[in-house]
Amino acid sequence: MGKTLYEKIWEDHLVRDSQGDTAIIYIDLHLVHEVTSPQAFSALRETQRTVRAPHKTFATVDHNVSTKTKDITKVDITARTQMDTLSKNCKDFGVKLYDFTDENQGIVHVIGPEQGLTLPGMTIVCGDSHTATHGAFGSLAFGIGTSEVEHVLATQTLQQNKAKTMLITIDGTLKSGITSKDIILKIIGLIGTAGGTGYVIEYAGSTIRALSMEARMTICNMSIEAGARAGMIAPDDVTFSYIQGRDFCPKGKDWDKAITYWKTLPSDKDAKFDKVIRIKAEDITPMVTWGTSPGQVIGIDGVIPDPESFKDPVERSAARSALAYMDLQPGTKMSDIKIDKVFIGSCTNGRIEDLRAAAQLVIGRRVLPGVTAIVVPGSGRVRKQAEKEGLDKIFTTAGFEWRFAGCSMCLGMNDDQLKKGERCASSSNRNFEGRQGPGGRTHLLSPEMAAVAAIEGKITDIREYVR
Amino acid sequence: MEPFKTHTGIAAPLDRVNVDTDAIIPKQFLKKIDKKGFGQHLFHELRYLDYEGTKENPDFILNNEPYRKSTVLLTRDNFGCGSSREHAPWALDDYGFKVIIAPSFADIFFNNCVKNGILLVQLKSKEIDELFDYVQKNKGAKISADLPSQTVTAGNKKYSFKIDDFNKECLLKGLDSIGWTLQFNEKIATYEDKIQSQRPWLVRK
Repeated sequence: MGKTLYEKIWEDHLVRDSQGDTAIIYIDLHLVHEVTSPQAFSALRETQRTVRAPHKTFATVDHNVSTKTKDITKVDITARTQMDTLSKNCKDFGVKLYDFTDENQGIVHVIGPEQGLTLPGMTIVCGDSHTATHGAFGSLAFGIGTSEVEHVLATQTLQQNKAKTMLITIDGTLKSGITSKDIILKIIGLIGTAGGTGYVIEYAGSTIRALSMEARMTICNMSIEAGARAGMIAPDDVTFSYIQGRDFCPKGKDWDKAITYWKTLPSDKDAKFDKVIRIKAEDITPMVTWGTSPGQVIGIDGVIPDPESFKDPVERSAARSALAYMDLQPGTKMSDIKIDKVFIGSCTNGRIEDLRAAAQLVIGRRVLPGVTAIVVPGSGRVRKQAEKEGLDKIFTTAGFEWRFAGCSMCLGMNDDQLKKGERCASSSNRNFEGRQGPGGRTHLLSPEMAAVAAIEGKITDIREYVR
Repeated sequence: MEPFKTHTGIAAPLDRVNVDTDAIIPKQFLKKIDKKGFGQHLFHELRYLDYEGTKENPDFILNNEPYRKSTVLLTRDNFGCGSSREHAPWALDDYGFKVIIAPSFADIFFNNCVKNGILLVQLKSKEIDELFDYVQKNKGAKISADLPSQTVTAGNKKYSFKIDDFNKECLLKGLDSIGWTLQFNEKIATYEDKIQSQRPWLVRK
């Protein structure tokens, strides 16, 4: 019987097979950031262990960096302690760090791919659930907790149980204005936030094949919002041409060898998946979340659902409390919802292509007075490239704030936060209560939809702009 | 890690689905560099009426006696969804929770709990409904979890749960997981030699 992409990578990384029981798999790339690593390094010190493969470990600061200043003395003291701790840990254990002032600093899931660290067929982990992003290259990438960070640092391996496999195919042509963010939000709405629990999802089909690497990363990134630790897409020519020439990608003979290997990775035609879901691209409309879980999502044409319409009593009460928190009434048109803030950025949608698409929509337009809109590039390189293309000028002329790279208002660990009761159109990945700031209200959507929301001051159908 | 064998404690019903890691411990408390003291911030937004955490929300279960001393948490589907932050199990553990019972848990959260000696018991939705009914009718009732026999007891009802053998062993012995893996150190070295010839582009110096 044929094998899936996941099964091939799994088998190629088995250090200890244990026939259905817990296996040990080798980790090719370990990404580290300031928030989930300090306790892991401390534990290494306490147990007098070392980092087994420092050259396969890369660190950066992203979660709590300021996006307003590069002056570290202006950053709040607890955040600074975490950043200083990471610097010291990296120095002591010989790990490469892209620190606060490094021009390559950025969100860990943006810098991995852009430097060519992320390659097909790899196993990649990071103490961050959005590590799934790297699966877009045909790698097995997933988030781990701090104990597992320590485990990988010490052994370059992980104890793992084999996951179940789910295939989601999307075929056909996306309608104008529809992005990969809408695809993944549609999927989460369909299978639910626990629909992927226990699975690794492979995304396939003609629609996926036609997407750029950036767009594929957006889809894999939010696999975790569907409950799946990892999402992946088979590598193809789009993948190879994205990688070629990047800093850490294989060169010369190694490149040829790598390509030969990478081409063996896609799932075999007769591979069996535990679950298969098929979606038509033409059925996807611009998607917006209305609640406090990414699964509470509808098309822009829709209205806020009535909690009483949910059959399941638990879902009904979840919808009730979500609407109370979001201060929304059933029956309200999605496109009538006014917003106070706009956030364009994050590991989901903070890449150069996202900024280009958003910038296109704001040329010659202005952010509605009273709305605060910020653009936070995913990395120092994305920022530099955007400035080279004049995107920063487009944004600032239109009234957006242009920031330094970081996670920023996706999770509000720095000073980019919503105030109580503020409503935000956000290109990020989570709309949990308080996620963007205590009492803040989040509507997840594509960066293009976020851009037009800033202009109109309300959730707006992108299709009115791209007709 | 402390070994886990059996535990009996007051069960607090948290009747919500999708309790996410931001709800378990909000980001403003993730800036510490040690594992201690997260319990005071557990469920911060649900538990307090103000940002500073000085005014308790009287409607929240853990702010009422006898639930302040709860060590068993009874909750709904997809508990622990969201981020991979291990601060969530650290906060639950620091507060005193030893056992969490729900119909389903998020994958990363599940692993993180095992690493911290917290037992996660997955039961069928119908059984969870029964347990909610039981603890709501018997305020302050205790629930027992016994790992060797893989059972949970509430009043005169007993429920069986599944757990994989490896996780069970880790919990029962309070295993040092890194120590366990390092017994296969030679296998790791053999694997590293193998990739050096088979996939040389992965070898970085």
